[in-house]
Amino acid sequence: MSTIERSTAPGPGPLESGPTEAPAQAEAPKISNAPSARFTSIAANYIDERTSISAVVKEFGRKIFPDHWSFMLGEVALYSFVIIILTGTFLTFFFQASMAPVTYDGSFVPLKGVEMSSAMSSTLNISFEIRGGLLVRQIHHWAALLFIASIGLHMLRIYFTGAFRKPRELNWVIGFILFILALAEGFTGYSLPDDLLSGNGLRIIDGMVKGVPFAGSWLSYLIFGGEFPGEQIVGRLYTLHILLLPAIIVALIALHLVFVVVHKHTQYAGPGKTNENVIGYPVLPVYAAKAGGFFFIVFGIVALIASFFTINPIWNYGPYDPSPVSAGTQPDWYIGFADGALRLIPPGLEAVIWGHTYSFNILIPIAVLGLFIVTVLIYPFIEGWVTGDRREHHILDRPRNAPTRTAIGAAGVTFYAALWAAASSDIIATHFQLSIEAVIHTIQATVILGPIIAYFVAKRVCLALQKKDREIALHGFESGRIVRLPGGEYIEVHQDVDEYERWKLVSFNEYKPLMIRPNARGKITQTQRLRGRMSNWFFEDRIAPVRKTDVERQSQHH
Amino acid sequence: MAHDDSSGKDLAATSSGAGGLSLDRDLVPSKQVSGGLAVISDDNLPDPGLPPHRKRVTDQDPKKASTAQRQVYTLFYLSIAGSIFAIAAYMAFPINANDPGSVRLNTVFLGLGITLALMGIGLGAVHWAKTLMHDEEGIDIRHPVRSSDEVRARAVEIFHEGNVESGFGRRSLIRNSLIGALVAFPLPAVILFRGLGPQNEVPSELLSHTMWKAGARLTLDPSGLPIKASDVTLGSAFHIIPEGLNDAPDRLEQKAKAAVLLMRVNPADLNVSAGRESWNYDGIVAYSKICTHVGCPVALFEQQTHHLLCPCHQSTFDVNNECEVIFGPAKRPLPQLPITVDGEGYLIAQSDFHEPVGPSFWERS
Repeated sequence: MSTIERSTAPGPGPLESGPTEAPAQAEAPKISNAPSARFTSIAANYIDERTSISAVVKEFGRKIFPDHWSFMLGEVALYSFVIIILTGTFLTFFFQASMAPVTYDGSFVPLKGVEMSSAMSSTLNISFEIRGGLLVRQIHHWAALLFIASIGLHMLRIYFTGAFRKPRELNWVIGFILFILALAEGFTGYSLPDDLLSGNGLRIIDGMVKGVPFAGSWLSYLIFGGEFPGEQIVGRLYTLHILLLPAIIVALIALHLVFVVVHKHTQYAGPGKTNENVIGYPVLPVYAAKAGGFFFIVFGIVALIASFFTINPIWNYGPYDPSPVSAGTQPDWYIGFADGALRLIPPGLEAVIWGHTYSFNILIPIAVLGLFIVTVLIYPFIEGWVTGDRREHHILDRPRNAPTRTAIGAAGVTFYAALWAAASSDIIATHFQLSIEAVIHTIQATVILGPIIAYFVAKRVCLALQKKDREIALHGFESGRIVRLPGGEYIEVHQDVDEYERWKLVSFNEYKPLMIRPNARGKITQTQRLRGRMSNWFFEDRIAPVRKTDVERQSQHH
Repeated sequence: MAHDDSSGKDLAATSSGAGGLSLDRDLVPSKQVSGGLAVISDDNLPDPGLPPHRKRVTDQDPKKASTAQRQVYTLFYLSIAGSIFAIAAYMAFPINANDPGSVRLNTVFLGLGITLALMGIGLGAVHWAKTLMHDEEGIDIRHPVRSSDEVRARAVEIFHEGNVESGFGRRSLIRNSLIGALVAFPLPAVILFRGLGPQNEVPSELLSHTMWKAGARLTLDPSGLPIKASDVTLGSAFHIIPEGLNDAPDRLEQKAKAAVLLMRVNPADLNVSAGRESWNYDGIVAYSKICTHVGCPVALFEQQTHHLLCPCHQSTFDVNNECEVIFGPAKRPLPQLPITVDGEGYLIAQSDFHEPVGPSFWERS
C-alpha cells in the first residue's frame, strides 16, 4: 500500500521550537540523546523485537481517512458503545440480577417497606445510596439511547449516499445486524430493574410469544422459567445483556471496522477525488487527535446530559406488579415502532380454526415488521441486481443523484415514523384532545398512504434538484447583479461556477433502464423481464449529468 | 456514448450460469468490470483535480498560532481542574440517608466535574488538530478489493491440494459421516434448554386455571381486605385479588392471572347473555383485568360510558355488553368472573373463570 504524499511529511513535534515555525520541513527523524527520547527508543525496540509492531505502524500510521461531518455518526455509535461498556461494568458491581423478593429498606422513603425484587432494590440502592451511582446509571442509559440513535442515523447516511454498494454490501448486513443487536441490548437492559414499566414491557413480550402458533405457550413457559413473571427472567436477561449480546456486538464491530480498513473509507464526489484514491488526513497525527478527542467530547456531552436530566426514574414507577399500570405507558423510544405496529392492527383479527387459536392481531404486525427488516437488510443486493453494476464504488452519491433510491428511503423512513408515532397514540390523543379512535385511524391511513406520498414527493424533489444542478453547471448562478442594457432591457447577470464547484454538480453515475433481449438460447427469461421492469422503475425518470459537449454548445451560444 | 446494458455477459450471468461469467472475468482486467446499466461516457467533463490548498490563519499569522496553542493547553489544564473538582465534589457532596436533595447535588456536581474533565481533553485535542497540526490533505491509492489473479490461483490450488491430500472429495463415506456427526452433535445442547422451565407441568394447563374457586372472597388490591356488596356503590370500580393471594408463595404469578376489576352499573344497562344471568350481583360485575390482547392490565374505567381501556394498546371493552371489544387490537371479550355474596354480605366467587384469562395461545379453543 503506497502513500503518495502531496507534500513532504512534517517533522516530529513542529511546535516544540515555538509556534512561529510553519510545519517543519522534511527531515529524517533523529534520535536525540535526551533521556526521554532514549527511553522511548529502547522501549520501542523492546516491543518491536517481540511483536513486529513496526509493520503495523507502517501500514496504518499514515492511513488516510476522508473528512466529512456525516462520517462522524458511526464514530458516535462506536464511542457510545465504549461509554456503555465502561459505565455498565461499574453498574454490575452493584446490581443484583435476582428476582428474590426483599422488603425495601433504603433511603427512598416512599418505597420503604414495600416488597420488591432484589433487582429493583439494588437498582434503587445504586440510585440513592452510592455516590455517583445515579450519575453512572444515567450516563449508561443516555449513552444507550445515543448508541441506537446514532446507529440509526449512520444507517440513513450509508443508505442515502449509496455507501452500501459493492464492495460494501456485506458490511451493510453486519451493520444492520448490529442495529438489531443494539435494540436487543436496549430492551434487555431496560427490563433489568424489574420496575412496573419494564415489567409491563415483558408482559407484552410474553403475550406476543404466546401468540406464536404451535409453540407459543411452551416458549413463554421456557423463557420465563414457568408461568409469567416467574423468578428467572431478570437473571436470564442479565446474562444476555452483559455477556452474550455484548460479546457478539464486540465481535461484529471488530469485523465491521476490519472491513472499513480493507475497503478504505468512501468519500464524497469532489474535485480530485476519484474512485481510485482516498483524500483526507492521516491517522497520525490528525485523525487520531480528532477521533480520539471526539470520543471525549461525546462522553462529555453524555455526562453533561446525565448530570442534569433524569432518565428512567424507576422510583416513580415502583416495583413490578401485574395489576397496576398507569395511563400513557410507553416503551423506550427505539422499541416504539414495534409497539406502534401492535396498536395499529385493525380489530378482530384472531381466529379459532380446528380447535387452535391463530392470533393474527399479533402475527401480522410481526410479519410486517419482519418483512420491513429483511427488505432493509437485503436492499444492497436488490439494487445491485437491478443495476447489474459490478464495479466497485468508493465515491458517494449525493442523494438527489439517485432519485429512486432516495425516494424508497423516504418511503421507508415515513413508514417507520408512522409506526413510531402510533406508539404514542394515547399521548397524542390526550395532548391534542382528540379521540383515540381518530388518532389510530389517521395513523393507520398514514402507514399506508404516507410512504407512497413520501416516495413521489422525494423523487420529484430529487429530480428538481438535479435539474437545478444542471442549470447551474451550464448557466451559472444568479449573481444578484442587475444590468441595464443599451436597449433599456434589464438582465440579471449569471455568473459561471468555477470548475471545482462544477465538478461536484456533474460527477455522478447515470444508469439507463435495461433493454430486454433474448439470451443465447433465444429466450427472454422471467428474471430478465422482472429485472427490466425493476430497472425501468429505477431509472426511467432521470437527469443526465452535464457532458463536455453540453458545455461547449453552451459557450458557443453565448 | 456506450450503453453497456444487457450485453452478453449479463445474460450469461443470469441464464447460462457461472461458467461463462468466470471466463469473462478472467479475460477482462479487473478495472473493466461490467458496469451493468451504467452509462459509460467518454464525453465527461475533465476532473479539475484537487483545488489549491488554502492556508489557515494559524499557518499565516504566528500570533494566531500562539493564541491557538494557549487555548489548547488551557483546555487540557481545565480538564485536570475538572477531574480534581469531581473528586472534591465526591467528598463535598455526600449522599445523606433520607435526603433526596443530596442525591441531586452529588449527581450534578460530580457530573459537572467529569464533564469538564472529558470536554477539556476532547475540545483541546480537536482544536489542536484543527488549528496547529499539519493540515495538507494526503492521498492514498485504492486497490481493488478482489485479490490478484496469482493469489486467487494459489488459493484455489491450496484447496485443491488439501482435497487431494486428505481425500475429502474422494472418500465420500468419511466426508458424509463427518457432516452427519457435525449436524448431530449440537442436538443434545438444544435438548438441555428444556430445563429452562420446570418439568412435569403443561403450560396450557397452568394458563387455564387461576386462584379463584367457589367461595373465595373478593379482596381489595393490594391490602387483601374483603369487600362487601354494599361497599360497591353505583359507578365505582375496585381492583380485586382473590382472598389469600398476598400469602401465596407464587404471588405474582397468581396475580398475573387472577387480577379482577369490580364495577357496579345499573342492572338495567347490562346486556346479559343466556347462562350468565346469575354471574352478576345486583349490577356488580367482575371481569378479568388481564387484557386478551397481550396481557397488560386493563386498568382504566370510564365511568360515564362504562368502557374499559387498556393503556398499552388501547383495546376498549364495553362493560355493558359483557366486555366485548369495541376498539383496538384485542379480539376476545374479557372473561367474566361469576360472583355472588356470602352469608355475611361479602362478595365471593361462584367458581373460577370459565375460560383461560389473558393473551391467546395456541392450545386455547
